[in-house]
Amino acid sequence: MSTLHTVNKSPFEKSSMDSCLAYAKQGSAVLMYEDGIYGAIKGTAIADKIAAASGVSFYVLGPDLKARGVAEDKVVDGIEIVDYPKFVALASENDKVQAWV
Amino acid sequence: MKFAIQVNEGPYQHQATDSAYQFTKAALEAGHEVMRVFFYHDGVNNGTKLTTPPQDDRNIVNRWTELAKKYDLDLVVCVAAAQRRGIVDEGEMQRNGKDAENIADNFRISGLGQLVEAGIQSERLVVFGD
Repeated sequence: MSTLHTVNKSPFEKSSMDSCLAYAKQGSAVLMYEDGIYGAIKGTAIADKIAAASGVSFYVLGPDLKARGVAEDKVVDGIEIVDYPKFVALASENDKVQAWV
Repeated sequence: MKFAIQVNEGPYQHQATDSAYQFTKAALEAGHEVMRVFFYHDGVNNGTKLTTPPQDDRNIVNRWTELAKKYDLDLVVCVAAAQRRGIVDEGEMQRNGKDAENIADNFRISGLGQLVEAGIQSERLVVFGD
């Protein structure tokens, strides 16, 4: 059973990303969108936690990066930048979707 | 794949309703089925036809209606949340002795059972909130 976890809050504002990382099992996926995209930026404490989460795939929503003026080269290596069709595909490919609001 | 969508936030306040719309649209365009969009809590404010945003801004309510017309979407507003926030259809107007209704086209007011049913009948329930 794989789960797509969605995080829409900045990890510097709320603890939902931390909770998500604590629950995300190997083989699951984490999508950061809305203010959650701030968790995908290089050189932060959260970036270290993402690097330490083995077996979890990370994604960030491109349109929400762009809306906040975060350039794609600021995104942590290994996090895949996706669009809405890919968001839908991730929701479909995983067995369930857990929203960390 | 059969999706159901839950929207917990109102328009123009949080991005949740925009994200929900973009996700729903992308799912439908990819050929998936969206069997229901359930508006809960402040999300019921997506269903008032009385909004008039500036012309150069997106019209969130009309956008849902247009998507519903194109894809025969079931847009359901939670009745208890709607009563609290003044979202009223013809039936609720008469039942509660109000002198107006404001439900937008292609939205309907119904109960929480519709959310439970959507959770059971769909393959994925995707929640957008704040």
